[in-house]
Amino acid sequence: MGGLIDLVVAPMSYPFMIRGLVAVVMVGIVCATVGTYVVLRGMAFFGDALAHAILPGVAVGYLVSGGGRGPVFWWGLGTAVLTAIGIGAIGQGAQVKEDTAIGIIFAGMFALGIALISTVRSYAVDLAHFLFGDVLGVSQGDLWLTGILGGVVLLTILVLYKEFLVLSFDPVLAVTLRLPSTLLHYLLLVLIAITIVVSLQTVGVALMVAMLVTPAATAYLLTHRLPIMMVLSALVGALSGIVGLYLSYYVSVASGAAIVLVCTAFFLLALLLAPKRGLVWARVQRSSES
Amino acid sequence: MAIARIPFIKRPALHEAEAPILEVSHLSVRYNGRPALEDVSFRLVSGERIAVVGPNGAGKSTLFKVIAGVLNPTDGEVRVAGHCPGGHICIAYVPQRSQVDWTFPVTVADVVMMGRAGKVGLLRRPGREDWEHVRQCLEVVGMADLADRQIGELSGGQQQRMFIARALAQEAELMLMDEPLTGLDVPAQEDIFHIMDELRQRQVTVMVATHDLNLAAERFDRVMLLNNQLLGIGQPGDVFTPERLQIAYGAHLRMVQTTDGVMVLSDTCCGGGL
Repeated sequence: MGGLIDLVVAPMSYPFMIRGLVAVVMVGIVCATVGTYVVLRGMAFFGDALAHAILPGVAVGYLVSGGGRGPVFWWGLGTAVLTAIGIGAIGQGAQVKEDTAIGIIFAGMFALGIALISTVRSYAVDLAHFLFGDVLGVSQGDLWLTGILGGVVLLTILVLYKEFLVLSFDPVLAVTLRLPSTLLHYLLLVLIAITIVVSLQTVGVALMVAMLVTPAATAYLLTHRLPIMMVLSALVGALSGIVGLYLSYYVSVASGAAIVLVCTAFFLLALLLAPKRGLVWARVQRSSES
Repeated sequence: MAIARIPFIKRPALHEAEAPILEVSHLSVRYNGRPALEDVSFRLVSGERIAVVGPNGAGKSTLFKVIAGVLNPTDGEVRVAGHCPGGHICIAYVPQRSQVDWTFPVTVADVVMMGRAGKVGLLRRPGREDWEHVRQCLEVVGMADLADRQIGELSGGQQQRMFIARALAQEAELMLMDEPLTGLDVPAQEDIFHIMDELRQRQVTVMVATHDLNLAAERFDRVMLLNNQLLGIGQPGDVFTPERLQIAYGAHLRMVQTTDGVMVLSDTCCGGGL
């Protein structure tokens, strides 16, 4: 028992581990809650694309400040919001199909980001941080920013719960109830954009979609109620962050990858064991029937 | 007074007493230049029940979406109780069951409560009277005991009744039902008609898109035959004439002249095959 406590407490002697843990818990909760709508509305590809598309903004922030955190964050946020609105506008009526358009923007922006970052000499290390996260490099200031913006996102989701619910379940009803549908739709896109930028340092661009989608998909298998799905999703997100970070400390693998792997493991467990919907359950049911 | 008998239908101030509940004049809708509706005009009186009949692609869903204010017409106008549909929250569009995500994590009561989202108001949460209202609406459609069911566990008829309850929760005075009878067995269809009788009591006007010419002819006050143009509106005997049906359905429909009128043998337009 004492050994187990030691295992849990030992990493806490490093301030960077404590900051990392606070960061992954906050990011896990915000991503997973917003991710509920990403999953229910089938926006996984949009989330993935948006995460990749902010790279040029991040790169510009990085280049103009010589690596400063603040500019990277704000440039990333600006790019994310603009790209989210741009993609939203494409969906409203365009020459090509929406997912094709998203694919083009996503790859083009991503390439631009890589090109910009490659102009710097320490290119490989910096790029890796943007792509895969650098949770142990989180500063006190980063935590405040994550906390405040994450809080704003969660509060918005809470306050507009019934409006987002109607919009996601039945957009036509939203219009006949004369809710501000278009505004709400764009607001949701912007919330996803903010969430991605807030989580950038923890999991990085390349693995972001996992934090948005996997906890929510896990929760989806476990419940039939949206509020419970949100809470479960947030729990899975936060727990994946904590377990993943410990794993990366003891096994010394990249933290972002460890977090996403734990998250994926939770999903697989739910897929197998979920009451009523899990594969094992279905099998038991079938054999008891025959 | 009629209104006193109706506990949860309050008339919004927007309504003009003299105006018909629905007046459509010279309505045209074109998608990319291709006409979906052409020069459609008609009016409905409050509380009537009308069937909208026509082949696939006849513009039934388009008509409903324009009336609901979801789609803008290319030409012409729609007036609901004297005003354009965009100002009303009393128009309910009841979707086709095939277009609903039945795995969505909500219960029956959650879905019915969605109808109240407009009344509850932005930034507010539903209170006890809202939930009580939802329970009453579920009672009207005979589903109070299923309030906490996940929607994926419902039968086809129950799914349809849930959406009618949602329209009641919305306090709709004009309900547009898209294919509510399709795929239901006879007892389930009877349940729906029973609820429609109740709606008539409440002066709710009901427009129903259907493929079933016989049900349309037997169970509705008036019928409307649509194939991009309005081919007829009125009593079934006057509208469902062999000539008009031939124009609407072309070779897809076989008819036999009997002593009672026209008997329709097969409507091969729906279901994608024979």
